Amino acid sequence: MLLPPTPSQTIGPYYGTALPFPRGGDAAPAGHPAAVALHGHVRDGEGAPVPDALLEFWQAAPDGSLTGAPGSLRRDGETFTGWARVPTDRDGHYVLRTLLPGGAPYLALCVHARGLNRHLFTRVYVTDPPPGDALLAALPADRRATLLARPEAGRRDTYRFDVKLQGEGETVFLDWSAGD
Amino acid sequence: MALSEPAPHPAQEQIRPAAAGDSAFAAAARAVALRAPLKPAVPVPLPAAPEAAELTGPVFGTADVGPLDHDLTRQHHGEPIGERIVVAGRVTDRRGRPVRGQLVELWQANAAGRYAHPLDRHPAPLDPHFTGAGRCLTDGDGRYRFVTIRPGAYPLGSPDDAWRASHLHFSLFGTAFTQRLVTQMYFPGDPLLPADLIRNAVSDAAARARLVSALDRTLGEPGRSLGYRWDIVLDGPSATWTETGGAR
Ligand SMILES: [Fe+3]
Repeated sequence: MLLPPTPSQTIGPYYGTALPFPRGGDAAPAGHPAAVALHGHVRDGEGAPVPDALLEFWQAAPDGSLTGAPGSLRRDGETFTGWARVPTDRDGHYVLRTLLPGGAPYLALCVHARGLNRHLFTRVYVTDPPPGDALLAALPADRRATLLARPEAGRRDTYRFDVKLQGEGETVFLDWSAGD
Repeated sequence: MALSEPAPHPAQEQIRPAAAGDSAFAAAARAVALRAPLKPAVPVPLPAAPEAAELTGPVFGTADVGPLDHDLTRQHHGEPIGERIVVAGRVTDRRGRPVRGQLVELWQANAAGRYAHPLDRHPAPLDPHFTGAGRCLTDGDGRYRFVTIRPGAYPLGSPDDAWRASHLHFSLFGTAFTQRLVTQMYFPGDPLLPADLIRNAVSDAAARARLVSALDRTLGEPGRSLGYRWDIVLDGPSATWTETGGAR
Protein backbone atom coordinates (compact mmCIF):
# COMPACT_ATOMS: atom_id res chain seq x y z
CA MET A 1 0.00 0.00 0.00
CA LEU A 2 1.46 3.29 -1.11
CA LEU A 3 0.82 6.78 0.25
CA PRO A 4 -0.47 9.26 -2.31
CA PRO A 5 2.31 11.70 -3.27
CA THR A 6 2.24 15.42 -2.64
CA PRO A 7 1.53 17.10 -6.00
CA SER A 8 4.07 19.30 -7.71
CA GLN A 9 3.45 23.03 -8.26
CA THR A 10 5.29 25.53 -10.41
CA ILE A 11 8.46 27.12 -9.10
CA GLY A 12 7.04 30.51 -10.14
CA PRO A 13 9.04 33.66 -10.89
CA TYR A 14 10.28 34.54 -7.39
CA TYR A 15 12.55 31.67 -6.31
CA GLY A 16 15.62 33.84 -6.83
CA THR A 17 15.94 34.96 -3.21
CA ALA A 18 15.93 31.37 -1.96
CA LEU A 19 17.39 28.77 -4.31
CA PRO A 20 20.44 30.06 -6.21
CA PHE A 21 23.62 30.07 -4.12
CA PRO A 22 27.18 31.31 -4.64
CA ARG A 23 29.17 29.22 -7.14
CA GLY A 24 26.13 26.98 -7.60
CA GLY A 25 27.21 26.28 -11.18
CA ASP A 26 30.78 25.42 -10.19
CA ALA A 27 30.63 21.71 -9.48
CA ALA A 28 34.31 21.29 -10.37
CA PRO A 29 36.72 22.20 -7.58
CA ALA A 30 38.42 25.54 -8.22
CA GLY A 31 41.32 25.24 -10.65
CA HIS A 32 40.81 21.52 -11.24
CA PRO A 33 42.88 20.51 -14.29
CA ALA A 34 40.14 18.24 -15.66
CA ALA A 35 37.32 20.80 -15.36
CA VAL A 36 35.06 21.22 -18.38
CA ALA A 37 32.42 23.81 -19.20
CA LEU A 38 28.93 22.81 -20.29
CA HIS A 39 26.78 25.66 -21.49
CA GLY A 40 23.76 26.44 -23.61
CA HIS A 41 20.41 28.15 -23.87
CA VAL A 42 16.97 27.25 -22.63
CA ARG A 43 14.31 28.19 -25.20
CA ASP A 44 10.52 28.10 -25.30
CA GLY A 45 8.16 26.89 -28.05
CA GLU A 46 8.81 29.95 -30.18
CA GLY A 47 12.56 29.80 -29.71
CA ALA A 48 12.59 32.71 -27.27
CA PRO A 49 15.12 32.49 -24.45
CA VAL A 50 13.80 31.47 -21.02
CA PRO A 51 15.44 33.92 -18.61
CA ASP A 52 14.01 32.48 -15.39
CA ALA A 53 14.73 28.76 -15.63
CA LEU A 54 16.61 26.94 -12.86
CA LEU A 55 18.77 23.99 -13.90
CA GLU A 56 19.88 21.31 -11.45
CA PHE A 57 22.51 18.73 -12.36
CA TRP A 58 23.37 15.46 -10.64
CA GLN A 59 26.09 13.16 -11.88
CA ALA A 60 28.64 10.50 -11.05
CA ALA A 61 32.13 11.52 -9.99
CA PRO A 62 35.01 10.82 -12.42
CA ASP A 63 35.62 7.52 -10.61
CA GLY A 64 32.02 6.49 -11.26
CA SER A 65 30.84 6.86 -7.67
CA LEU A 66 27.32 8.15 -7.09
CA THR A 67 27.58 8.74 -3.40
CA GLY A 68 27.93 12.52 -3.59
CA ALA A 69 29.30 14.48 -0.67
CA PRO A 70 27.70 16.91 1.75
CA GLY A 71 28.46 20.58 1.31
CA SER A 72 26.52 21.00 -1.91
CA LEU A 73 25.30 24.48 -0.92
CA ARG A 74 28.58 25.68 0.60
CA ARG A 75 31.30 25.11 -1.95
CA ASP A 76 34.54 24.48 -0.09
CA GLY A 77 36.54 24.71 -3.31
CA GLU A 78 37.90 21.18 -2.97
CA THR A 79 35.10 18.65 -2.70
CA PHE A 80 33.25 17.31 -5.73
CA THR A 81 29.64 16.89 -4.58
CA GLY A 82 28.17 15.81 -7.92
CA TRP A 83 25.43 18.41 -7.68
CA ALA A 84 25.00 21.85 -9.20
CA ARG A 85 22.26 24.44 -9.46
CA VAL A 86 22.41 27.26 -11.97
CA PRO A 87 19.77 29.77 -13.04
CA THR A 88 19.62 30.99 -16.63
CA ASP A 89 20.57 34.62 -17.25
CA ARG A 90 18.56 37.24 -19.14
CA ASP A 91 19.50 35.63 -22.43
CA GLY A 92 18.32 32.21 -21.26
CA HIS A 93 21.96 31.06 -21.03
CA TYR A 94 23.58 28.89 -18.38
CA VAL A 95 27.13 27.73 -17.69
CA LEU A 96 28.09 24.69 -15.63
CA ARG A 97 31.71 23.93 -14.74
CA THR A 98 32.13 20.33 -13.79
CA LEU A 99 34.16 17.13 -14.15
CA LEU A 100 33.22 14.49 -16.69
CA PRO A 101 31.35 11.61 -15.05
CA GLY A 102 32.70 8.09 -14.86
CA GLY A 103 30.28 5.15 -15.00
CA ALA A 104 26.92 6.55 -16.11
CA PRO A 105 28.03 8.65 -19.12
CA TYR A 106 25.61 11.51 -18.60
CA LEU A 107 24.55 14.31 -16.30
CA ALA A 108 21.02 14.00 -14.95
CA LEU A 109 19.27 17.34 -15.45
CA CYS A 110 16.16 18.71 -13.77
CA VAL A 111 14.66 21.84 -15.37
CA HIS A 112 12.44 24.13 -13.34
CA ALA A 113 10.67 27.18 -14.77
CA ARG A 114 7.71 29.41 -14.24
CA GLY A 115 4.77 28.09 -16.24
CA LEU A 116 5.71 24.43 -15.73
CA ASN A 117 3.40 22.71 -13.26
CA ARG A 118 6.10 20.12 -12.77
CA HIS A 119 9.84 20.15 -13.33
CA LEU A 120 11.27 18.23 -16.30
CA PHE A 121 13.89 15.48 -16.14
CA THR A 122 16.33 14.86 -18.95
CA ARG A 123 19.90 13.66 -19.52
CA VAL A 124 22.97 15.33 -20.94
CA TYR A 125 25.28 12.74 -22.49
CA VAL A 126 28.70 14.36 -22.36
CA THR A 127 31.01 11.48 -23.16
CA ASP A 128 30.65 8.94 -25.96
CA PRO A 129 27.60 6.97 -24.89
CA PRO A 130 28.08 3.20 -24.93
CA PRO A 131 26.39 1.63 -27.96
CA GLY A 132 24.12 -0.35 -25.67
CA ASP A 133 22.70 2.60 -23.77
CA ALA A 134 19.10 1.50 -23.31
CA LEU A 135 17.52 4.94 -23.32
CA LEU A 136 19.36 6.26 -26.38
CA ALA A 137 18.80 3.01 -28.28
CA ALA A 138 15.04 3.30 -27.76
CA LEU A 139 14.82 6.79 -29.31
CA PRO A 140 14.54 7.74 -32.98
CA ALA A 141 17.76 9.36 -34.23
CA ASP A 142 16.45 12.93 -34.37
CA ARG A 143 15.15 12.78 -30.83
CA ARG A 144 18.27 11.03 -29.57
CA ALA A 145 20.35 13.96 -30.76
CA THR A 146 18.57 16.28 -28.30
CA LEU A 147 20.31 14.47 -25.43
CA LEU A 148 23.85 14.69 -26.77
CA ALA A 149 26.15 17.52 -25.73
CA ARG A 150 28.41 18.65 -28.57
CA PRO A 151 32.07 19.56 -28.13
CA GLU A 152 32.31 23.23 -29.00
CA ALA A 153 34.44 23.77 -32.11
CA GLY A 154 37.58 25.73 -31.34
CA ARG A 155 37.05 25.77 -27.58
CA ARG A 156 38.91 23.28 -25.48
CA ASP A 157 37.03 21.38 -22.81
CA THR A 158 33.78 23.11 -23.67
CA TYR A 159 30.49 21.42 -24.51
CA ARG A 160 27.19 22.85 -25.65
CA PHE A 161 23.77 21.55 -24.61
CA ASP A 162 20.62 23.50 -25.40
CA VAL A 163 17.24 22.76 -23.86
CA LYS A 164 14.21 23.22 -26.12
CA LEU A 165 11.15 23.03 -23.91
CA GLN A 166 8.55 22.75 -26.65
CA GLY A 167 8.00 22.36 -30.38
CA GLU A 168 10.54 21.76 -33.13
CA GLY A 169 13.65 20.08 -31.76
CA GLU A 170 11.93 19.52 -28.42
CA THR A 171 14.30 17.95 -25.90
CA VAL A 172 13.47 14.42 -24.79
CA PHE A 173 12.14 14.56 -21.25
CA LEU A 174 11.92 11.50 -19.04
CA ASP A 175 9.06 10.01 -17.08
CA TRP A 176 10.17 8.30 -13.87
CA SER A 177 6.69 7.68 -12.54
CA ALA A 178 6.03 4.37 -14.31
CA GLY A 179 6.61 2.66 -10.98
CA ASP A 180 3.12 3.29 -9.64
CA MET B 1 -4.85 38.23 7.72
CA ALA B 2 -1.99 39.79 9.56
CA LEU B 3 -2.20 43.24 8.07
CA SER B 4 -5.42 45.20 8.20
CA GLU B 5 -6.54 46.46 4.82
CA PRO B 6 -6.83 50.21 4.94
CA ALA B 7 -8.27 52.14 2.01
CA PRO B 8 -5.69 52.10 -0.80
CA HIS B 9 -3.31 55.00 -0.74
CA PRO B 10 -3.96 57.29 -3.72
CA ALA B 11 -0.36 56.97 -4.90
CA GLN B 12 -0.63 53.17 -4.91
CA GLU B 13 -3.83 53.34 -6.91
CA GLN B 14 -1.95 55.21 -9.60
CA ILE B 15 1.03 52.88 -9.58
CA ARG B 16 -0.91 49.66 -9.88
CA PRO B 17 -2.08 49.63 -13.53
CA ALA B 18 1.39 50.32 -14.89
CA ALA B 19 3.34 48.21 -12.44
CA ALA B 20 1.25 45.11 -11.95
CA GLY B 21 -0.85 45.33 -15.08
CA ASP B 22 -0.91 43.58 -18.42
CA SER B 23 2.79 42.98 -19.03
CA ALA B 24 3.43 40.91 -15.90
CA PHE B 25 0.40 38.75 -16.52
CA ALA B 26 1.22 38.45 -20.21
CA ALA B 27 4.66 37.05 -19.32
CA ALA B 28 3.06 34.47 -17.03
CA ALA B 29 0.49 33.50 -19.67
CA ARG B 30 3.23 33.15 -22.29
CA ALA B 31 5.19 30.89 -19.96
CA VAL B 32 2.20 28.62 -19.43
CA ALA B 33 1.49 28.40 -23.16
CA LEU B 34 4.99 28.03 -24.58
CA ARG B 35 7.06 26.15 -22.02
CA ALA B 36 5.24 22.85 -21.46
CA PRO B 37 6.56 20.11 -23.75
CA LEU B 38 4.13 18.90 -26.44
CA LYS B 39 5.50 15.37 -26.65
CA PRO B 40 4.84 12.91 -23.83
CA ALA B 41 7.79 12.28 -21.52
CA VAL B 42 9.62 9.07 -22.40
CA PRO B 43 9.02 6.45 -19.70
CA VAL B 44 12.15 5.02 -18.15
CA PRO B 45 11.57 1.29 -17.68
CA LEU B 46 11.60 0.40 -14.01
CA PRO B 47 13.36 -0.94 -12.15
CA ALA B 48 16.02 1.18 -13.82
CA ALA B 49 19.53 -0.08 -14.37
CA PRO B 50 21.36 0.07 -11.03
CA GLU B 51 23.97 2.41 -12.50
CA ALA B 52 21.32 5.00 -13.39
CA ALA B 53 22.51 8.22 -11.79
CA GLU B 54 18.94 9.34 -11.08
CA LEU B 55 18.38 6.63 -8.45
CA THR B 56 20.69 8.49 -6.11
CA GLY B 57 20.88 12.18 -5.37
CA PRO B 58 22.79 15.01 -3.76
CA VAL B 59 23.79 14.84 -0.13
CA PHE B 60 23.43 17.75 2.26
CA GLY B 61 24.84 18.25 5.70
CA THR B 62 25.17 20.66 8.56
CA ALA B 63 27.71 22.69 6.56
CA ASP B 64 24.93 23.53 4.10
CA VAL B 65 22.42 24.89 6.60
CA GLY B 66 23.04 27.38 9.40
CA PRO B 67 21.39 26.95 12.82
CA LEU B 68 19.06 29.91 12.23
CA ASP B 69 18.29 29.31 8.56
CA HIS B 70 14.95 27.73 9.49
CA ASP B 71 13.77 30.88 11.32
CA LEU B 72 12.70 33.53 8.81
CA THR B 73 11.78 35.92 11.64
CA ARG B 74 15.39 36.20 12.83
CA GLN B 75 17.32 37.01 9.68
CA HIS B 76 17.43 40.77 10.28
CA HIS B 77 17.97 43.05 13.25
CA GLY B 78 14.26 43.71 13.73
CA GLU B 79 11.13 41.57 13.82
CA PRO B 80 9.16 41.24 10.60
CA ILE B 81 5.60 42.50 10.52
CA GLY B 82 2.89 39.87 10.41
CA GLU B 83 1.34 36.91 12.16
CA ARG B 84 4.10 34.60 13.38
CA ILE B 85 3.60 30.94 12.51
CA VAL B 86 5.39 27.63 12.81
CA VAL B 87 5.12 25.28 9.84
CA ALA B 88 6.30 21.74 10.47
CA GLY B 89 5.75 18.20 9.29
CA ARG B 90 7.28 14.98 8.16
CA VAL B 91 8.81 14.07 4.80
CA THR B 92 8.45 10.45 3.73
CA ASP B 93 8.54 8.34 0.59
CA ARG B 94 5.40 6.61 -0.61
CA ARG B 95 6.04 3.68 1.70
CA GLY B 96 6.04 6.00 4.68
CA ARG B 97 9.78 5.71 5.24
CA PRO B 98 11.29 8.94 6.60
CA VAL B 99 13.49 11.02 4.30
CA ARG B 100 16.39 11.77 6.65
CA GLY B 101 18.94 14.56 6.58
CA GLN B 102 17.66 16.03 3.34
CA LEU B 103 17.31 19.66 2.35
CA VAL B 104 14.02 21.54 2.59
CA GLU B 105 13.92 25.07 1.17
CA LEU B 106 11.14 27.62 1.64
CA TRP B 107 10.33 30.97 0.05
CA GLN B 108 7.35 33.26 0.35
CA ALA B 109 5.82 36.72 0.14
CA ASN B 110 5.75 38.96 3.21
CA ALA B 111 2.63 39.67 5.27
CA ALA B 112 1.52 42.26 2.72
CA GLY B 113 1.81 39.85 -0.22
CA ARG B 114 5.07 41.22 -1.62
CA TYR B 115 8.20 39.25 -2.48
CA ALA B 116 11.61 40.74 -1.73
CA HIS B 117 12.42 40.07 -5.39
CA PRO B 118 13.19 42.70 -8.02
CA LEU B 119 10.64 41.26 -10.45
CA ASP B 120 7.73 41.60 -8.02
CA ARG B 121 5.98 44.85 -8.98
CA HIS B 122 2.98 44.45 -6.69
CA PRO B 123 2.80 47.85 -4.96
CA ALA B 124 2.44 46.42 -1.44
CA PRO B 125 5.11 47.43 1.07
CA LEU B 126 8.40 45.61 1.41
CA ASP B 127 9.40 44.68 4.96
CA PRO B 128 13.02 45.58 5.77
CA HIS B 129 13.05 42.80 8.35
CA PHE B 130 11.82 40.02 6.09
CA THR B 131 13.49 38.37 3.11
CA GLY B 132 11.19 35.35 3.00
CA ALA B 133 13.72 32.58 2.32
CA GLY B 134 14.73 29.74 4.63
CA ARG B 135 16.12 26.23 4.66
CA CYS B 136 16.53 23.30 7.01
CA LEU B 137 17.49 19.64 7.05
CA THR B 138 15.03 16.90 7.94
CA ASP B 139 15.87 15.09 11.18
CA GLY B 140 16.28 11.37 11.82
CA ASP B 141 12.51 10.91 11.64
CA GLY B 142 12.10 12.98 8.45
CA ARG B 143 10.76 16.01 10.31
CA TYR B 144 11.27 19.62 9.24
CA ARG B 145 10.29 22.85 11.00
CA PHE B 146 10.20 26.53 9.99
CA VAL B 147 9.39 29.65 11.99
CA THR B 148 8.04 32.42 9.78
CA ILE B 149 5.14 34.82 9.27
CA ARG B 150 1.93 34.12 7.43
CA PRO B 151 2.24 35.44 3.86
CA GLY B 152 -0.34 37.77 2.38
CA ALA B 153 -2.42 37.17 -0.74
CA TYR B 154 -1.31 38.91 -3.93
CA PRO B 155 -2.85 39.74 -7.31
CA LEU B 156 -1.77 38.02 -10.53
CA GLY B 157 -2.36 41.17 -12.56
CA SER B 158 -4.84 39.34 -14.77
CA PRO B 159 -7.68 41.14 -16.59
CA ASP B 160 -10.23 39.55 -14.23
CA ASP B 161 -8.19 40.44 -11.11
CA ALA B 162 -7.36 36.89 -10.01
CA TRP B 163 -5.46 36.64 -6.68
CA ARG B 164 -3.21 34.01 -5.22
CA ALA B 165 -4.29 32.49 -1.93
CA SER B 166 -1.68 32.70 0.84
CA HIS B 167 0.98 30.12 0.09
CA LEU B 168 4.51 28.98 0.91
CA HIS B 169 6.81 27.71 -1.83
CA PHE B 170 8.66 24.50 -0.88
CA SER B 171 11.61 22.70 -2.46
CA LEU B 172 12.49 19.17 -1.32
CA PHE B 173 15.07 16.50 -2.05
CA GLY B 174 14.63 12.81 -1.50
CA THR B 175 17.31 10.15 -1.51
CA ALA B 176 17.07 9.99 -5.31
CA PHE B 177 17.16 12.70 -7.97
CA THR B 178 13.83 11.33 -9.26
CA GLN B 179 12.18 12.25 -5.94
CA ARG B 180 12.81 15.96 -6.40
CA LEU B 181 9.75 18.02 -5.50
CA VAL B 182 8.95 21.71 -5.83
CA THR B 183 5.48 22.63 -4.65
CA GLN B 184 3.34 25.08 -2.69
CA MET B 185 1.57 24.85 0.68
CA TYR B 186 -1.72 26.56 1.48
CA PHE B 187 -3.60 27.48 4.65
CA PRO B 188 -6.86 25.83 5.78
CA GLY B 189 -10.05 27.84 5.40
CA ASP B 190 -8.55 30.47 3.11
CA PRO B 191 -11.49 31.90 1.14
CA LEU B 192 -9.24 32.42 -1.90
CA LEU B 193 -8.41 28.70 -2.18
CA PRO B 194 -11.25 27.59 -4.50
CA ALA B 195 -10.34 30.17 -7.15
CA ASP B 196 -6.54 29.97 -6.93
CA LEU B 197 -5.42 29.38 -10.53
CA ILE B 198 -2.07 27.82 -9.62
CA ARG B 199 -3.51 25.40 -7.08
CA ASN B 200 -6.25 24.50 -9.54
CA ALA B 201 -3.59 23.43 -12.04
CA VAL B 202 -3.69 20.19 -10.01
CA SER B 203 -6.76 18.61 -11.59
CA ASP B 204 -7.46 15.91 -9.01
CA ALA B 205 -9.46 17.23 -6.04
CA ALA B 206 -7.94 14.80 -3.54
CA ALA B 207 -4.44 15.74 -4.66
CA ARG B 208 -5.33 19.43 -4.42
CA ALA B 209 -6.49 18.89 -0.85
CA ARG B 210 -3.08 17.47 0.04
CA LEU B 211 -1.54 20.89 -0.62
CA VAL B 212 -3.44 22.42 2.31
CA SER B 213 -1.89 22.36 5.78
CA ALA B 214 -3.80 21.80 9.03
CA LEU B 215 -3.87 24.03 12.07
CA ASP B 216 -2.02 22.15 14.82
CA ARG B 217 -1.88 23.96 18.13
CA THR B 218 0.75 21.56 19.46
CA LEU B 219 3.28 22.83 16.93
CA GLY B 220 3.04 26.52 17.78
CA GLU B 221 4.98 28.38 20.45
CA PRO B 222 2.55 29.22 23.31
CA GLY B 223 1.78 32.92 23.42
CA ARG B 224 3.87 33.57 20.34
CA SER B 225 2.81 31.67 17.25
CA LEU B 226 0.22 29.29 15.79
CA GLY B 227 1.37 26.03 14.30
CA TYR B 228 0.47 24.47 10.97
CA ARG B 229 1.21 20.88 10.11
CA TRP B 230 2.01 19.80 6.58
CA ASP B 231 3.32 16.32 5.81
CA ILE B 232 4.97 15.71 2.46
CA VAL B 233 5.16 12.48 0.47
CA LEU B 234 7.82 12.23 -2.22
CA ASP B 235 7.16 10.26 -5.38
CA GLY B 236 9.55 8.50 -7.72
CA PRO B 237 11.88 5.54 -7.52
CA SER B 238 15.17 5.39 -5.65
CA ALA B 239 17.92 2.82 -5.32
CA THR B 240 16.40 1.49 -2.10
CA TRP B 241 12.98 1.40 -3.72
CA THR B 242 14.04 -0.95 -6.52
CA GLU B 243 16.09 -3.08 -4.15
CA THR B 244 12.93 -4.09 -2.36
CA GLY B 245 11.23 -5.37 -5.44
CA GLY B 246 10.26 -2.30 -7.43
CA ALA B 247 7.19 -0.17 -7.19
CA ARG B 248 4.88 -2.25 -9.31
FE1 LIG C 1 4.16 32.78 -4.83
